[in-house]
Amino acid sequence: MLEETLKRIQAHKGVIGTIVVNAEGIPIRTTLDSSTTVQYAGLLHQLTMKARSTVRDIDPQNDLTFLRIRSKKHEIMVAPDKEYLLIVIQNPSEYLLPQ
Amino acid sequence: QKKNISLRLTMEIVYVYTKKRSEFGRQCNFSDKPAELHVDILPDPSLTDNFIDRDPCDVAIQCTQEMSEHEVNTERFDCEPCGINHVEGGWPKDVNSQEMEQTIRYRKKVEKDENYVNTLMQLGSHMEHCIRQNNTIDIYQEYFEEEEIVEEMEGQPSAKTVNVFRDPNEVKRTATSLSWHPDGSCKLAVAYSSMEFQKVTKDMSYDSYIWDLENTNKPEMTLKPVSPLVCLEYNPKDSHILIGGSYNGQIAYWDTRKGSQPVEMSAVEHSHRDPVYKVIWLQSKTGTDSFSASTDGQVLWWDIRKMSEPTERLVLDPSKKGNLDNALGAFSLEFETTMPTKFMVGTEQGVVVSCNRKAKTPAEKIVCTYSGHYGPIYALQRNPFFPKNFLTVADWTARIWSEDIRDSSIMWTKYHMAYLSDGCWSPARPSVFFTVKMDGTLDIWDFLFKQNDPTLSLKVCDEALYSLRVQDNGRFLGCGSQLGTATLLEISSGLCTLQKNEKALATAMFERETKREKILEACHREMRLKERSRSEQSKEDEAKDGEAEESAEELVACAEREFYEVVEAEMKKRGKDDKKEKEKYEGKDGCKEKES
Repeated sequence: MLEETLKRIQAHKGVIGTIVVNAEGIPIRTTLDSSTTVQYAGLLHQLTMKARSTVRDIDPQNDLTFLRIRSKKHEIMVAPDKEYLLIVIQNPSEYLLPQ
Repeated sequence: QKKNISLRLTMEIVYVYTKKRSEFGRQCNFSDKPAELHVDILPDPSLTDNFIDRDPCDVAIQCTQEMSEHEVNTERFDCEPCGINHVEGGWPKDVNSQEMEQTIRYRKKVEKDENYVNTLMQLGSHMEHCIRQNNTIDIYQEYFEEEEIVEEMEGQPSAKTVNVFRDPNEVKRTATSLSWHPDGSCKLAVAYSSMEFQKVTKDMSYDSYIWDLENTNKPEMTLKPVSPLVCLEYNPKDSHILIGGSYNGQIAYWDTRKGSQPVEMSAVEHSHRDPVYKVIWLQSKTGTDSFSASTDGQVLWWDIRKMSEPTERLVLDPSKKGNLDNALGAFSLEFETTMPTKFMVGTEQGVVVSCNRKAKTPAEKIVCTYSGHYGPIYALQRNPFFPKNFLTVADWTARIWSEDIRDSSIMWTKYHMAYLSDGCWSPARPSVFFTVKMDGTLDIWDFLFKQNDPTLSLKVCDEALYSLRVQDNGRFLGCGSQLGTATLLEISSGLCTLQKNEKALATAMFERETKREKILEACHREMRLKERSRSEQSKEDEAKDGEAEESAEELVACAEREFYEVVEAEMKKRGKDDKKEKEKYEGKDGCKEKES
């Protein structure tokens, strides 16, 4: 079941890569090469921690559910959890019709 | 006896001065007088009606602790940015991260963990939702993108200091020249030297620096010349090469990939004999040609591949004989890549010399001169949009010239209170130029907006500013001061964005002013011709005003004569007036005024 889910995520239009990292920063699963994976894992882990602490500082009852970083080239999406991080890098489609 | 000793031991310090009794003046004669009552004001109870009793009285008292105010600034601490190398971390002790087998086994173990599976299912569904969202609609869509953003002129033009780069050495030198890195505004090369004659001390460093704009703590690179650099330029074709002209007349070039020492220096015998005030890179196929100017009266051309001697030499002798003794000292150079055969030299004597590089004989090299300044020309630049017009900065004014008018500038600023030391056009707007003065102010002029005064005048620092350079986008400028401080300023977008109609308006203005000067020149010529013909016909030996070939002494004698004539005429007139006044009051004939 999990395999299918992950494969489906990877198969979506525009998805460049998927990484699963655990709390220690070890990439459990990745579709990118190892050096890129290590870079993303390290940097995004820190950023997610910072984002989470920011949210909780403002309201201790609140918590971070999702983190999206839109850059010129693509969008990095991070779904955090206590133990693991699911990171997906997607290139949003430009050929979209406006609503 | 005991008393005497004790008296002596007390050591009274006594000051004795003598004055003659006769110098004291009249003696005071005191006399005894009984007490005299001068004024006695008795209380007048009727006055109380003018006053009201105030009860209660408010009296302010302050009872606080005495405090004093102090300002404290921590010592600047130096930061150094450095990157972090990410290495896979966190592997438990029993797993050797280098061993592929062990890591794979560990990963497989984690993947089998129930918690892992559940968590990831959850996260996965959430993630899918967002992915689908991205693919359905661009949530960051820019609306109204097609419409032109009409940028309104913000109220006031402004400029602000972005960064300040101070000379890291103890003994400060003047920042005499700045050069921007050719690709984008990330680096600034600054040349430091002491321009004050014989003020160079033993411990004054010769180094010049390349600064990274983000880091004001420490220069990115040091250039170590043999003699302090007066001018420094990046090669526009190759951003690793810089050429510098030094105080002792030598030219040197650096390659930033090869270190702080110059790659090669020109031979001392063939270099300039005075500090090199300006060096410019030329347009050439090889990208290795440059030329330099110095107050020794020469303009030398160099190919950096062979620095042992210059490829060409020009002596700025206005009599076109190549005589170095007659030569004008060069202070600034101008070269525009769109006109590669022409160049101009601004001299110490206040004259701009226009030259043609491709002339066959040295005499033909000097085409014409433009005079009008009273002091050395510190800056000379053609307008990037209208190359026929150029800007000169010298003495207390900045002047704009047209190539066609030799005798006078077409536009000029008023005479300022402080000497102008450098100036340049804005590369973004044809009507904007910048000047810096010795009192530390930067003036931004926009002659389409205001002509009498600068549009914006900013005091950059307390000491004199010596150099100025605007970056190619017209937005950033660097100013160098006497104490080696290079200030980076950013100007408001109104001053660096081309306005509607600006080119047309600037063209119209230049044409109008040029035409006016042409008319004036024609008038002057006519007047001179008339004077000449008149003086040739007149028999009296009057002052030869019209002749152009007058010697200096004759002019002085003529001026003296005219002056005394005027003075005598004044005195005669006054004498007449005095006589008239005297006769009036002497009362010889009360009503009649004697006409003399």
